[in-house]
Amino acid sequence: MASAFEYAPAPESRSVVDIAPSYGLFIDGEFTEAADGKVFKTVSPSTEEVLSEVAQAGAADVDRAVKAARKAFEKWSALPGSERAKYLFRIARIIQERSRELAVLETLDNGKPIRETRDADLPLVAAHFFYYAGWADKLDHAGYGANPRPLGVAGQVIPWNFPLLMLAWKIAPALATGNTVVLKPAETTPLSALFFADICRQAGLPKGVVNILPGYGDAGAALVAHEDVNKVAFTGSTAVGKAIARQVAGTDKRVTLELGGKGANIVFDDAPIDQAVEGIVTGIFFNQGQVCCAGSRLLVQESVQDELLDSLKRRLSTLRLGDPLDKNTDIGAINSAEQLARITALAETGEAEGAERWSAPCDLPSSGYWFAPTLFTNVTQAHTIARDEIFGPVLSVLSFRTPDEAVAKANNSQYGLSAGIWTEKGSRILAVANKLRAGVVWANTFNKFDPTSPFGGYKESGFGREGGRHGLEAYLDVR
Amino acid sequence: MSDNRLSVFKTYKLYVGGKFPRSESGRVYEVTAKKSATGEAGTGKWLANAPQSSRKDARDAVVAARKAFGGWSGATAYNRGQVLYRVAEMLEGRKEQFVREVADAEGLSKSKAAAVVDAAIDRWVWYAGWTDKIGQVVGGANPVAGPFFNLSTPEPTGVVTVLAPQESSFLGLVSVIAPVIATGNTAVVVASADSPLPALSLGEVLATSDLPGGVVNILSGNTAEIAAPLASHQDVNAIDLTGADAALAKELEIAAADNLKRVVRPQPVDGGSVDWTADPGTHRLTAFLETKTVWHPTGALGASGSSY
Repeated sequence: MASAFEYAPAPESRSVVDIAPSYGLFIDGEFTEAADGKVFKTVSPSTEEVLSEVAQAGAADVDRAVKAARKAFEKWSALPGSERAKYLFRIARIIQERSRELAVLETLDNGKPIRETRDADLPLVAAHFFYYAGWADKLDHAGYGANPRPLGVAGQVIPWNFPLLMLAWKIAPALATGNTVVLKPAETTPLSALFFADICRQAGLPKGVVNILPGYGDAGAALVAHEDVNKVAFTGSTAVGKAIARQVAGTDKRVTLELGGKGANIVFDDAPIDQAVEGIVTGIFFNQGQVCCAGSRLLVQESVQDELLDSLKRRLSTLRLGDPLDKNTDIGAINSAEQLARITALAETGEAEGAERWSAPCDLPSSGYWFAPTLFTNVTQAHTIARDEIFGPVLSVLSFRTPDEAVAKANNSQYGLSAGIWTEKGSRILAVANKLRAGVVWANTFNKFDPTSPFGGYKESGFGREGGRHGLEAYLDVR
Repeated sequence: MSDNRLSVFKTYKLYVGGKFPRSESGRVYEVTAKKSATGEAGTGKWLANAPQSSRKDARDAVVAARKAFGGWSGATAYNRGQVLYRVAEMLEGRKEQFVREVADAEGLSKSKAAAVVDAAIDRWVWYAGWTDKIGQVVGGANPVAGPFFNLSTPEPTGVVTVLAPQESSFLGLVSVIAPVIATGNTAVVVASADSPLPALSLGEVLATSDLPGGVVNILSGNTAEIAAPLASHQDVNAIDLTGADAALAKELEIAAADNLKRVVRPQPVDGGSVDWTADPGTHRLTAFLETKTVWHPTGALGASGSSY
C-alpha cells in the first residue's frame, strides 16, 4: 500500500560484527579444518551475499569431537555444581555484553528482522544460560532424587530458524547437569554457533566441553549414530525426528525430539478483535512463520469471520517487508532458496486444491529469498495447507460454530505443539485449554517464551520438554 | 465334601472393553504350571487353555481403550484414586485364588506366592494414593519474566500398550498397569505369554472394581505376535516394552517410531531378573505423562479494569 507515512530507512550498523572470511570446526577448544578439507559457504538470505566459508564436518570429525567431549566429560561432570554454574553465568553475561553484535550476526546469517534478534532471540539466549546456570548446584533439589547423574556426551542437532536460541536451549541444560556436548548447527546458519565457540573461549570453559560441528544432515546423522553418544537432542522436522527414533532403537541412548507443528489459533466471537489480530500476526508472521509452534491454522468463529478477516488483511497490508537490518522491518527474508521453494510449492498446492489466496500487497526485493505474508480462505481440513507444516508466512483460515467443533478441528492433526485461544470468557479458556492436545497453549497471547517455562509437543510434535525444571530431566540419568 | 467330587474348571477369557471375549481367532494354547524344582516353564501340570490373541484382538482392544480414554482421563483424580483403591479391596477378598494362581504360574511355595500377592495388593494402594498428587509434584507455576500467568500441568499420554513382564506374572503385571492408569491413560496389556492366568483373573477383579470398561484391556498369547500390530498402531500413543526381549524390543521400538510413540525400554538388569518388590518410584507414572503449559496475560489493575 502506498502510504502517506513512508518510513525513512533506519538500518542497524553492520560494523558491530566482524565476520571472518573463513571458519573451522570447533573441537576440543580449537578451531580446526575438516578431516577431508571440505568447506561450504553461508550466505545472507536477504542479499545472497556470501558471508563466510565454513568447514564442513564429516563422520571423521564427528568421531574426533565425540572423543574430545568424552575426554572432557570426566572432569566436567566431577566439578562441583557451583563451579559449573559460574561458567554458565559467565557465558550468560558475555552474551549480554555481545548481544548487539550477535543480533546483527544472526540477522545477517538467518534473514530475520533485527527487531526480533535484538528484542527476542538474544535476550532469551542470555536468560536461558542465566536460568540453567542457577540449577547446576541445585540438582539435588530438582525432584529427580539425590545426586542425579549426567548422561555423558550429548549429541545435539539444531535448526536454522532460531540458531542461537536453539543452541542455548540445548547447551545450557546439558552443561548445567554435567554433560559435555557436540552440537551441529544447521548448514544455512552456522555463524552464531561459531561465535558462541569464541564466547566459550572467553569464558574459559574447559576444552572439549562444548564442540561445534557445522555441517549438513550427514554430519547430524553420524552424530546421532555415534556409539559413544549417550544422549540425542534434536529440533527439526518430524520426518528426521522419526528417522532418529528408529536409529536409536535398541540402544541405551536417551532422546528428546522437538519437531513440527500445525498450531491452531482459535478466535471466539467475544474476543477483542484488534488484540486477536495482533496475536494472529505474531502467531504466524513472527520470524516469517518459520516457527515450529506457529499459529498456522486460524480457527475463527463463523459470526466474526468477516470482520476479523477484514481487520487482519488491513493489518497485514501495513507490515513492512524488506532489509532485515532495518529497525522498522517486520518481515525479513526466508532463510534459504530451498525453504522458499517449499513454501512456494505448498502455497501453489493450496490454490490448486481450491483454497482462495490473498497476499499482502508489498514489493519484494530483487535479490534474496522473499515471500509476502499470505493467507488462504475457503480452506477445509482435508487441504494440504491445513495439514502439512508450511514453515513460512502462510496462514490457513478455517471457521467453526461451537467450542466443541473448534476443539475437534484444532486436535485434528498429527501434530500437537502449540495452540492459541482468544476469548474474554475465563471458564471457556480453561475448558478449551484442557481439551487441546498441545504442549503449549497461549490464551489471549501467542509465541511467548521463557527459560522457566517448559516447551515441547504432544503426538508427532515430539517428546521431552525444554525449559524449566522439566528441561533438566532430558540430561539426567533418571528413570 | 467328597474327595472325588469333580471340580469345575474355569474358562479363561480375554478382558476387552469391559467384556470377556474369547479370541476372535478361536485359538487357545496350553498353559502349564511352572515346576518349583527345575523352574522350567511348560513342564508342569496342565492348568488351562488360554486364549491365543490375534492381531484383530489387539486392534479391538485399542478401539476399546481409545473409547474409554475421554471418560477416564476426564475423571477427577480423586475418583481414579478411589477406583484403584477399590481394586486393592477386591483383590484382598480374592487373595486365595491369586495365591494359588501365582504359585502355579511362578513355581512358588504357597507362602512365597502369598507374599507376592500381598505386595501386589499394596502396590494398588500405593498408586491409588498417587492419582491426586503427581500433578503437584511434576507440575506447577513457572515464574516467567513478564506479566503472565504460566502453569504447567501433566496430562495422560493416551492409549498405552503395556507388555507385561514375562517372569513376574502378577506383582510385575500390577506394577506396570497401575501407574499407567493412575494418571488417566488407558491400557492394552499383553500378559506374560507362559503365565497369563493371573493376568486374565485380574481382568475379573478390574471388572468388579468400578473401573470403566476399556480402561484396561488384557490379552494373552504370543507376545511378539500381539505386540507387532500394537507397536505400529497409529492410534496407540505409547508402549512399555518391559515384557520384550532385546531383539523384540528393538524391532518394536523401530515400529513405534512411525507415529513417535513414547517408548519405555526394558529395564536393564545386571544378571538375574527385575526386583519388582523394590520401591517403584515415580518414573512409571511420569513416563506416560505429557506436560501442557498454559500462558495468559496477567494484565494490570488500571482505571479501565483488566487489560491484556
